Amino acid sequence: MATLLVAPTKSSQTLRRAPKVAWGSPMTYVIAFLFVGICIAPVLYIIVGGFRTNAQITNSPSGLPSPWVIDNYVSVLVSDVFWRQVANSAVAGILTTVGVVALGLMVSFVLARYDFKLNGAMYSLFAAGLMFPMTVAITPLYILIRDLGLMNTIGGIVLPQIAFALPTTIIILVPFLRAIPKEIEEAASIDGASRIGFFFRMVVPLSLPGVITVGILAFVASWNSYMLPLFILNDELSYTLPLGVQAFASQYSVDTARVLAFTSLSMIPALIFFSLFERRIVGGLTGAVKG
Amino acid sequence: MTQSLGENSATRTASPEGPTEAGGGVQTSSPAPRPRRGRRTDWRKVFEITVLSAPAIIVFLAFVIFPVFLAAYYGFFKWKGYGPPTEFVGIDNYLTIFQDTAFHEALLHNGYIVVLSLILQGPAAVALALLLNQKIRGRSIIRVLIFVPYVISEVIVGTGWSLMLQSAGAVNDLLEKLGLGFLAVDWLSDPKIALWSLMIIISWKYIGFAVILFLAGLQSIPEELSEAASIDGASYWQIQRTITLPLLGPTLRIWAFLSIIGSLQLFDLVYIIWGQYISATAGTSTMATYMVLNGRLAGNFGYGNAVAVVLFVISLVIALVYQRYVLRRDTEGALTEGKK
Repeated sequence: MATLLVAPTKSSQTLRRAPKVAWGSPMTYVIAFLFVGICIAPVLYIIVGGFRTNAQITNSPSGLPSPWVIDNYVSVLVSDVFWRQVANSAVAGILTTVGVVALGLMVSFVLARYDFKLNGAMYSLFAAGLMFPMTVAITPLYILIRDLGLMNTIGGIVLPQIAFALPTTIIILVPFLRAIPKEIEEAASIDGASRIGFFFRMVVPLSLPGVITVGILAFVASWNSYMLPLFILNDELSYTLPLGVQAFASQYSVDTARVLAFTSLSMIPALIFFSLFERRIVGGLTGAVKG
Repeated sequence: MTQSLGENSATRTASPEGPTEAGGGVQTSSPAPRPRRGRRTDWRKVFEITVLSAPAIIVFLAFVIFPVFLAAYYGFFKWKGYGPPTEFVGIDNYLTIFQDTAFHEALLHNGYIVVLSLILQGPAAVALALLLNQKIRGRSIIRVLIFVPYVISEVIVGTGWSLMLQSAGAVNDLLEKLGLGFLAVDWLSDPKIALWSLMIIISWKYIGFAVILFLAGLQSIPEELSEAASIDGASYWQIQRTITLPLLGPTLRIWAFLSIIGSLQLFDLVYIIWGQYISATAGTSTMATYMVLNGRLAGNFGYGNAVAVVLFVISLVIALVYQRYVLRRDTEGALTEGKK
């Protein structure tokens, strides 16, 4: 079902070129423009605010920069703290993504293409994981991570993040893997490939679109994650960006302009990733939700 | 769950590998030239299944399922979090939770947030999705832009909005400049207003997700239906009301489900904007902030775990009731099935 839903977004769009009733066109644009404006204005406020001075902000909190100053951005960009947090966030994000993709692809392959008694139960187990949000598990998770000696380490946030990302990943990937035609597998086995050989040579490349979707979702979720690092990372040296933004905001609460600069720099990677892969993320999300 | 059983057996008979399970049923005529399945290959299959699925299952059980059981266990103890819990207090923690007015307030706030999220976001998102589903220029860029609030992190949203909503912040200043100074209020600390401010922020952050979801739902509705209706003389609004909205039903119900669960678990935004202690006095505390405040921050881990269990049970009951009575009419539910 999900595969059916991931693809149509694109194809039905091209189909929609059919002539339609022109209904209140200008009004449509006005409302759409207003809505986009509401969505974007607070983000622009953060970005543009970073180009002002504190005096400007105090005198006219909702004004535009005059003159534009880049000092705030420069001071953030030359600080070790910012780059250390970027590095921590990047390492956590990359490890989470790699882990989710590797574990998720392997188990999805089993769920999609092996026929065995526990198959249904296994799928239900992971699907039920959607009902176990991090909020509920966070207190015992913190104790568990502490007992494992993983406090203040990137591993301490990566492992739970992988675990909590698995349900969505599996729900997106299984239909992808199921959609690979049986004939391809048979052809591969006639050519002498084992099931595992088939996995690496055919399944991995063929499921790439699904893999990119779950990879981006995992990365962005890790990049933005707040509650888990809040519990696990107490040492400032191990802070990821969300914790860093919060610490910076309370430490320099009087220096609003610099807080805004720090905040806007920290959202760049998620925004870049998202705009590059918007279609896949949206397709994957809606597919996962509906299928 | 009965549904899922029926579904499983249906897929099994339909799958080409069905005969191995069914013991040479009706479908043995399957033409697939498959390698002989002797004992050896069976063991090999078991080995492959184990190797491929063990890592995911272990990580998942260890970090998702196990902690929830741990919470249920620790919830019966008075425990400061060090050493093994020894002071068994039975259901005392739960009694305390149910008698604590702070928890009642948090629960009430969660209730408001659940209902208000549905009321504020649902109709607006449907209207916007209908609007954007029309052929207009720049639709793809609009789709990207309305999704931006959803993609940026809660910390950024919280930091940005709390700066804007300060009493001397950008929002009040803007209202002043527009001659609407009488609307300027203390958005974050006035207990009468704060919950509404939170609702504005939540709606702003999550409505883009609803719109995108509904757009995808709208695009899977065959266009022939509305074309046929318009040939028969139905007006635009008649078509939307009698054809589009009913067909969007499944998407709406899934969205409502996600929104309800998200509202019950709400933590990040409240904790970031109102900090550890102000949320209760500002009237925005939630069960999750109550849990963190009275559990980990107070050092009462047994109590915190009991709150987690209560939060989990409340969400689970609501989810199951919703699945049973609302989602059931759709052909597919997120949890009961999905084996398609």
